Amino acid sequence: MVEQRGNSIHLKMLVMAAALIIGAAPTPAWASLGGDTASVQADQIHLQGRRTMTAADSYTVHEIQGTSGTVVREYVSSEGNVFGIAWQGPWVPDMRQLLGSYFDQYARANQAKTGARIRRGPVLINEPGLVVQIGGHPRAFAGRAYVPGMLPSGVRAKSIQ
Amino acid sequence: MRTFRAVCTAVIGLAGAFSIGCGGGSSSSTKTNVIATTGQNVAPIVVNSGPANNYANGAFTSVTVCIPGTSTCQTVDGMLVDTGSSGLRIVSSVLTIALPQQKAPSGNPVAECLQFLGSYTWGPVQTADVQIGGEKAAGTPLQVLSDTEFTAPTACSNGFPPANTVANLGANGILGVGPAAQDCGISCEQVQTGGFNLYYQCSSSTSCQPVAETLAQQVINPVALFPEDNNGVVIELPAVSGSAATLTGSLVFGIGTQSNNALGSATIFGIDPSSLSFTTSYQGTPYHGSFIDSGSNGYFILDSGIVPSLPDCPNTPTDSVAAGFYCPTSTQTFSAINQGTNGASGTVNFSIANAETLFTSTTDTVFSELGGPSILGSGSTTVQPYFDWGLPFFYGHNVYTAIESASTPGGNGPYWAY
Repeated sequence: MVEQRGNSIHLKMLVMAAALIIGAAPTPAWASLGGDTASVQADQIHLQGRRTMTAADSYTVHEIQGTSGTVVREYVSSEGNVFGIAWQGPWVPDMRQLLGSYFDQYARANQAKTGARIRRGPVLINEPGLVVQIGGHPRAFAGRAYVPGMLPSGVRAKSIQ
Repeated sequence: MRTFRAVCTAVIGLAGAFSIGCGGGSSSSTKTNVIATTGQNVAPIVVNSGPANNYANGAFTSVTVCIPGTSTCQTVDGMLVDTGSSGLRIVSSVLTIALPQQKAPSGNPVAECLQFLGSYTWGPVQTADVQIGGEKAAGTPLQVLSDTEFTAPTACSNGFPPANTVANLGANGILGVGPAAQDCGISCEQVQTGGFNLYYQCSSSTSCQPVAETLAQQVINPVALFPEDNNGVVIELPAVSGSAATLTGSLVFGIGTQSNNALGSATIFGIDPSSLSFTTSYQGTPYHGSFIDSGSNGYFILDSGIVPSLPDCPNTPTDSVAAGFYCPTSTQTFSAINQGTNGASGTVNFSIANAETLFTSTTDTVFSELGGPSILGSGSTTVQPYFDWGLPFFYGHNVYTAIESASTPGGNGPYWAY
């Protein structure tokens, strides 16, 4: 559904675009955001997806194409830490899997009531240690999550897309 | 000028034989959309604070549900009119009649989980004969919002809070009349082992497993099941200057099927049938994944990083009355261009005011200048900001939503027109 190859906007800052397909291998079963590269493989298995990698200056993007039309892009620093995740697809993917240890903080923020009036619009969680944004509508959602303190030097949050 | 011309021609088309002088070329900012008030295909809409008295920019109508094949019926008011979803959903606590439960091939009852932005609905799939205005959809699968019969699986909530009660939904239910027919579509005809599942069969009150659901079983936009006037809807609400206490208008069924729902010269914007979106351009930048949605209660657009004059409203423990909306120091005006997949385009002019100031009113529920950040949408290949043209966009525009694959005088759906 989503063709990532040749997207110059997304890839223009990439210095190396060699993509390789990585087969699923036995890996740890959990965690992603804040986790290590092995946790990306766990996500790949969970999503039953195909993974490609592209490298930028100070990070690598692991893109997982899920079987149900969902695409997840995980941003891994040169130290091997997942500092951001972006995704899009017909439905919100398994956030417990993708957010790992940050899931509980995310769920608490969702439960927090703000405002006296109903608001029906995008999800905007902006906490010191976690940013999660989700937009769209049924059949077409998109979102991203990142840990501000984990962004590699010189990398802007908007790069996580 | 383009906007003025479009409004004029739309007025002529909707008024049928009525003749209105529109050709003069003098500029005018007056918008006058004609609102149908009579006909079997018309249901009244009211914009007010809703049944929980906590809504801003919520459009509500009444829906009658009947036990199939009987005259045992109940009329439920306070149903949110939502072009951003498809299917009928009713909070169980307001239902006083017992509707028949849908069963999976195993014989187990079927329940559904539907994701909305920031919340989910959960509950059994049941069947009703549905009447709205003078139209009737027999044997309509719908969702009853309840977590008492069956416990929602953890995969359903996904970290979101439930919207299963009148208080947290802000409505007695949702009437989803979006461009999709079914709420899910062909992807739910099989269980998604690596993805999100909407439909479950429940072998006990605490044990529900994903189940394949045919298109005919899925919760569906009831308009698609009407014997006529079934190719889409028109939402007709008058223009509002600033804010107002309430607003009345019409939900008109069918596009080009009756004298009161002709397209006239409304511009048709084709939309992507997969993502149900089109493109909105702002200052030369295209924002893919944009959409028109009566169920969004503001203009959710861009973010303050792109438009510095639109700061987010405060969100602190002591000040969160308008969290998630924009709070500019003075009302800001904007111009953006909608572009359909069919090449059609049209300029939209709109304003965004300070939401905290708007919400100081204790009587207003209609806010034509309410907006907030969108941050992210499903772009063509990347996650990026988008334009969500929420209910304020409908004030003064008759907005047509054509259902996927349905035939209309303006071509097959899905599309939006205004």
